[in-house]
Amino acid sequence: MVAQRRRLLAAGLAVAAGAALGSRAFAQERVIRVTARKFEFVPETIELKQGEPVVLEFTTADVLMGFNAPDFKVRADIAPGQVARVRLAPDRAGEFEFFCDNFCGEGHETMSGKIRVTA
Amino acid sequence: MTQAIDRRDFLKLAGLGGAVFVSGLAGCAGMGGAKQEDFYFVQLSDTHWGFKGPALNPDAEGTLQKAVAAVNALPFEPDFVVFTGDLTHTTDDPKERRRRLAEFRDIVGALKNKNVRFMPGEHDASLDNGQAWKEFFGPSYYSFDHKGVHFVAIDNVSDASARIGEAQLAWLKADLAKQDKDARIVVFTHRPLFDLEPQWDWATRDGAQAIDLLMPYRNVTVFYGHIHQEHHQMTGHIAHHSAKSLIFPLPAPGSQPKRVPIAWDPAQPYKGLGFRGIETELGKAEYEITEFPVVKA
Repeated sequence: MVAQRRRLLAAGLAVAAGAALGSRAFAQERVIRVTARKFEFVPETIELKQGEPVVLEFTTADVLMGFNAPDFKVRADIAPGQVARVRLAPDRAGEFEFFCDNFCGEGHETMSGKIRVTA
Repeated sequence: MTQAIDRRDFLKLAGLGGAVFVSGLAGCAGMGGAKQEDFYFVQLSDTHWGFKGPALNPDAEGTLQKAVAAVNALPFEPDFVVFTGDLTHTTDDPKERRRRLAEFRDIVGALKNKNVRFMPGEHDASLDNGQAWKEFFGPSYYSFDHKGVHFVAIDNVSDASARIGEAQLAWLKADLAKQDKDARIVVFTHRPLFDLEPQWDWATRDGAQAIDLLMPYRNVTVFYGHIHQEHHQMTGHIAHHSAKSLIFPLPAPGSQPKRVPIAWDPAQPYKGLGFRGIETELGKAEYEITEFPVVKA
């Protein structure tokens, strides 16, 4: 009975430790907030460091927008009233374009931005 | 057939058309069980009625009428005319959208040929899921048969995320299921079904599913618009041909960092704009494409 209690307690501690580790790991990732509005992303250039995972948080006050960074094979719908999150861990330095891939109006074709990754 | 040869020779001799592109699998005679006849149709695309931008097209309010007049002046009457989307330029104002659609409909009403097929582009349909466009032109996806060829119009624009969608893909599957595997099939759509240049939004997010459905059919050709220039590409045995615009040209896919429209050249007005005639070959899954300018040089 004591052994069983100890095993359960140990398992519980392990889960708790794992959860804490998970949330600490998430909390350590830098969060970059980006606003999508007709017809631009603010900021237009997202500065990242090679190998540093970040979380991009997108919001829009307009119509449905999209975020698509094909070089990193990530995309997200940015719906009004919601926060869209994309985790990105750039593995190479350089400048990479991203764009809105949900048609949002007359300036949609030029709605794009840049991810600048430094080594 | 005699008329087809006469028509082709006449167009060449008269110098009416530009480059001629022959698409298809020569020698694929005897497709399907339907009666085969040669015929001729005209594709116009990306007219963007309502666009204003003198640096790109100082005759934005007159180019469409000139194209209609040029089609009417063709020496041979086409069997039908198809507009492959972006009939109007987008606007956030629903009333203005309907006004532009109405004006477009009235202008193209001057076409002598009354067998006209329409398709939406994202500028017409993406901001209201095609609602206004359908009020004027009916269903946004459909099929029809003409002289032994099965035509399928696919809507990849009413969904702002550039998806055909599960419901339409199910319809497409059921529609194609009625065709023989060697039937002659022509697809009209607005965006490319394949990933031509995803960075420029020149793709259909679930287009690969449509291509997968078409792939078992041996004689399939796709005519589309959206990219404002002539472009020819194969996905397997399926040929895809994009049409020029009637408002402003765009740069070649991936040729420059940004998809910036090509400015109007006063020395060569209407350069890069035009429409095309498509000639079918009797007994062949072959299409001869002749490009026409908006105005004669």
